[in-house]
Amino acid sequence: MKREAPKSLADYSPLFFPGLMLIVFFVVPFSTMIAVSFFQRDPSGFYTPDFVFSNYARFLSLFFGKVLGFSLVLAVMVAICCVVIAFPFTYLLTKRPRKVQTIWLVCLLSVLSLSEVIIGFAWSTLFTRTAGITNLFVAIGLMKEPVALTPSFWAVLTGMVYQALPYTILVLYPALVRLDPTLLEAARTLGASPVRAFMNVVVPALRNTIVATLIMVFVFALGSYLLPQILGRPSHWTLSVLITDQAIYQSNMPFAAAMAVFLVLMSLALVGLTLLVGRKENAL
Amino acid sequence: MTKILNHPISRRAVLGAGVASASLLAMPSILKAQDKSIKIGVYGGYFKKSFDEHIFPEFTKATGIAVESVAEPTGEAWLVQLEQAAKAGQAPADVSMMSQTSMLKGQSTELWAPLDLAKIKNSSNLIEHFINKYPDGRVAGIGAVAWYITLVTNTNVFPTAPDSWAAFWDPANADKLGLLALASNSFLLEVTATTFMGGTKALDTEEGIQKALEKLAEVKPNVRLWYRDEAQFEQALKSGEIPMGQYYHDVTGLAAAEGQPVRSTFPKEGGIQDSGSWVLSRASKKTEEAHAFIDHMCQPAVQALMSRKVGTAPTVKRELTDLTAEQFAGVSSDIPPIIPRYDLYTTKADWINQKWTELIVG
Repeated sequence: MKREAPKSLADYSPLFFPGLMLIVFFVVPFSTMIAVSFFQRDPSGFYTPDFVFSNYARFLSLFFGKVLGFSLVLAVMVAICCVVIAFPFTYLLTKRPRKVQTIWLVCLLSVLSLSEVIIGFAWSTLFTRTAGITNLFVAIGLMKEPVALTPSFWAVLTGMVYQALPYTILVLYPALVRLDPTLLEAARTLGASPVRAFMNVVVPALRNTIVATLIMVFVFALGSYLLPQILGRPSHWTLSVLITDQAIYQSNMPFAAAMAVFLVLMSLALVGLTLLVGRKENAL
Repeated sequence: MTKILNHPISRRAVLGAGVASASLLAMPSILKAQDKSIKIGVYGGYFKKSFDEHIFPEFTKATGIAVESVAEPTGEAWLVQLEQAAKAGQAPADVSMMSQTSMLKGQSTELWAPLDLAKIKNSSNLIEHFINKYPDGRVAGIGAVAWYITLVTNTNVFPTAPDSWAAFWDPANADKLGLLALASNSFLLEVTATTFMGGTKALDTEEGIQKALEKLAEVKPNVRLWYRDEAQFEQALKSGEIPMGQYYHDVTGLAAAEGQPVRSTFPKEGGIQDSGSWVLSRASKKTEEAHAFIDHMCQPAVQALMSRKVGTAPTVKRELTDLTAEQFAGVSSDIPPIIPRYDLYTTKADWINQKWTELIVG
């Protein structure tokens, strides 16, 4: 069937609504942020419209470079942990009866209803010396005395993985449910063990899904600013924490905007790079 | 035409018309209520609850002006919101309680409408430094309440109370402290300067601040938590998880009164005295009501009421209030306080913030 090219304005009308949404919710706020990032900061108050690079200049230092690097590494680690945990889990879940699947998915959805604050405080309590899980380990003889597990890098990572895991599973689930079961049957008939079949057939077949999920979790984790504060030491604070500090506590909107623009550009660049590498490999 | 006339009237339309006419009928009373009302911004949570319960009803009883209280966030978020709203001619609250740093920042953009002391007769009761002035002498704000940040400890972990801020530097307290995360709300530079450098005057120069920062860097290994959120530290202090730190004298006193194993100590160098001021947004149209409100709040009796019910230190002279020695000790102290160098957080804000962030994050 030949698709006719749109001729009149009316033919384009289905595009209006999404276009409008994109403008209102993305183009306008993002442009505002870019504009503000070039404004002149007034240390004793707010900012004045201007076109200066000082906000970006301040950001280009070893100190902020390190913080940015840490934020990116943390987000990558969260993404990898989430996918490594969620992929086998979701795969096994799709092998369960329909009813069991539904119950699991409802439970996972209910985790999404928890706010970041609740997740942060719950984990910080679980990791304390006085009331945390190490008391349980002491009770069953695994440890000599309770210790505090927070603040630490691992506490931050655990909290963030916990927060992102339901999203990861919900993104992976549709793809895994639709996976053709005959692929696996063929692998098993040819003598592959279940683990081998999973690693050599299921994982490669869903490579694009996995990459897309990694990117989604990465971007999701990059914006986290509460959990690093609650569960980490200052050296574990992400760039988002410093952006919040500037915007809320220092009312330095131009600098906060410049940092945010930088963060968005860096993450876009990384996402672009991932897609580019993926496309090249596909072409081979 | 007939088509329109014959068109059946939907249930929704009838309901809609009903609501419209009902609200039209209700209109005059709304307008009337607005004549005598004022929106007051106070810090959300405990503050707002106590004010709603004990302070605002008294004011309404005395003046007939209804108070609609607005929960404002701490930090500078509220200042930013007020400023943005004022640019659009709006006032989310007519009168707000503002921190001193926000007070100064608001002054620089003329956000606060000048107040007329002739209409605030009770302002003569105030301690001198609680009247905030623009550089040209116009009154920008009036001291609302004061409070202290003191040295707090968990009584189970520390059977005897420390008597000096120097306890923060004691190597024996490694990984035991909870301190506020920002230079402009922890006032640790002032504490360092008072404890080791002979007073906050040492912070006049950048070299002095640099030296204070270096001294403060020695505290880092002792700090377990740099907190922004008060609840986070309060909980850890009560459980003994983080047994020492800086916290609010009044809240700690309340917790101790509830039987929690915590205590607040005024160190010999003095507690940190912070305060909030009443300010009037320039976008507000309720100037008369605002003056009446601020005047009401400056009465010694009202200040004493706040000390008893809210736990704040009075901004009026102590001898004017009828507070007993015990009540006064619950909210204040006769040891001369460390008064923060608010000017630093406006004139050198970015420089200090940068150095501070590098100090604690780096």
